[in-house]
Amino acid sequence: MSEVVALVVLAACLAAAVARPAWAPDWAVAAGGAALLVAVGILSSSDARSALRQLGPTVGFLAALLVLADGCRRAGLFDALGAGMALGSRGRPGRLLAMVFVAAGLTTAVLSLDATVVLLTPIVFATAARLRMNARPHVYACTHLANSASLLLPVSNLTNLLAFRASGLSFVRFGGLMALPWLVAIGIEWVVLRRSFAGDLQRSAARSVRAVEQPEVPTFALAVVGLTLVGFVLSSLIGIAPVWIATAGAVVMVVRERPAPLEVVRAAEPTFLVFVLALGVVVRAASQHGLSTAVDSILPHGTALPALLLVAVISAAVANLLNNLPATLIILPVTAVAGPGAVLAMLVGVNVGPNLTYVGSLATLLWRRIVHAHDEETDMREFTRLGLLTVPASLVACTVALWLALQVV
Amino acid sequence: MRAVVWISEDTWEACVDQARLLVPEDAEVTLLHVAPTDVEDLAAHGGARLLGRHPPPPPGPPLRAIAEEEAQALLGEALKRFGRPARTEARRGKIEREVLDACAGADLLVLARDGEARLGPKSLGPRTRFVLDHAPCQVLLVWPEQPPGIDTIPLPPHLR
Repeated sequence: MSEVVALVVLAACLAAAVARPAWAPDWAVAAGGAALLVAVGILSSSDARSALRQLGPTVGFLAALLVLADGCRRAGLFDALGAGMALGSRGRPGRLLAMVFVAAGLTTAVLSLDATVVLLTPIVFATAARLRMNARPHVYACTHLANSASLLLPVSNLTNLLAFRASGLSFVRFGGLMALPWLVAIGIEWVVLRRSFAGDLQRSAARSVRAVEQPEVPTFALAVVGLTLVGFVLSSLIGIAPVWIATAGAVVMVVRERPAPLEVVRAAEPTFLVFVLALGVVVRAASQHGLSTAVDSILPHGTALPALLLVAVISAAVANLLNNLPATLIILPVTAVAGPGAVLAMLVGVNVGPNLTYVGSLATLLWRRIVHAHDEETDMREFTRLGLLTVPASLVACTVALWLALQVV
Repeated sequence: MRAVVWISEDTWEACVDQARLLVPEDAEVTLLHVAPTDVEDLAAHGGARLLGRHPPPPPGPPLRAIAEEEAQALLGEALKRFGRPARTEARRGKIEREVLDACAGADLLVLARDGEARLGPKSLGPRTRFVLDHAPCQVLLVWPEQPPGIDTIPLPPHLR
């Protein structure tokens, strides 16, 4: 019975996050669900506290990164990136795509997937539109790279932050092991997108191109991001946890940009933080009541290449069914036992996998189809085709790259 | 005679030039631009795809305003290049459906190839091909640059 209740609560949390009903915000459903599971004794309060203690630093880290990225936006970093890309493109769509790859690859790696999706992608659209180019290849590139370029660093994706803590790896070793898979993932995206949009990208600069403004480089914001990154790299040497370095970066940006206190709170998205914490507690309850055993029986053990490949593929499948956040929370405890290799293979799956579906997961897709009936059909077909061309290839190639890195690094 | 000239970012100059050359002077011409709303939606509301996140909309003009402004500016330039009286029409939505819808009752559609610059099926992108396949009127299909030579025709399979 406890199993069923825990799974129903988990399903309710995910349903609220996907359907987004106004009368039942996802964070409230998740928090209420977590409280209910403790109240009826399905999860002991000490276990709930332990789950919160484990997730607390990660969620704090996430909040700091969100504030840091928002500070960069206020400082004009993304506008400058847009102007820089426009200038560097010299009116050629193919060159603009290369610029977008660099910008999205670095933004995702350093400021996280969310920064690319929420802050960079609208700028890329506006840049292509102002240059009178068809924005489709460039926007699709951003959307894809937000996922596949989020392999590199612990800060690149919330899934990485969660795994970073559980894996016990240092910041530098994490990045060292994921560097090759990251490059491989970006390389595959480049080849597929270039080929798929060959027609859109070949127009020459011969036609009229509008004058492009010189970008104003936000030196301070760049310096803060750079120093934060250096701090992450040195964190294990100087014995300061990366979360404090991210916090310091965020505080410096806030002090410099001086947004209203309410805007800082809004940038940290407290409802999202509550959702992550509560979802963590709910998944802990479900894991204790059979979910963990079920996952354990499906996942292979060990860090040989076939085992890593299977972990990546299963993780990608779960991420596509549910979304990558719950997938990580569910699979992580099982892979953490098998060691860092398995944890990183799981990340390849949950980070690259979601490119298969237009909206991040099958659950979201089904809901959207119910709500919007048929108005997204053709575009979804195109997005799915790109996903089918990149995701299976990336899953295999990135996992092989990871396996190679594990032998060398 | 009613003619629709499909103005798109990449190929509009060629369409306008050929329309000026080949469409009769007394034709009633509409210069048509369609802004694809799916790309705009993907760029503007990507945050909605992140589970549990409800990011505030970024400041600055909404992407729709930028798209509409650029569409009007492009149509203005096209009208100037055409150099003859014409109507301009800016639509939003699914590109291929909107173009076909705008062709209802027209006698001629002028559109350009938007794919690879060599002879063969890849010289048409998927949306242009859809329009071509379903056009309810006569069609003038234009090469965006100089038409490629006959030597760019793909070889038959047994000679590849």
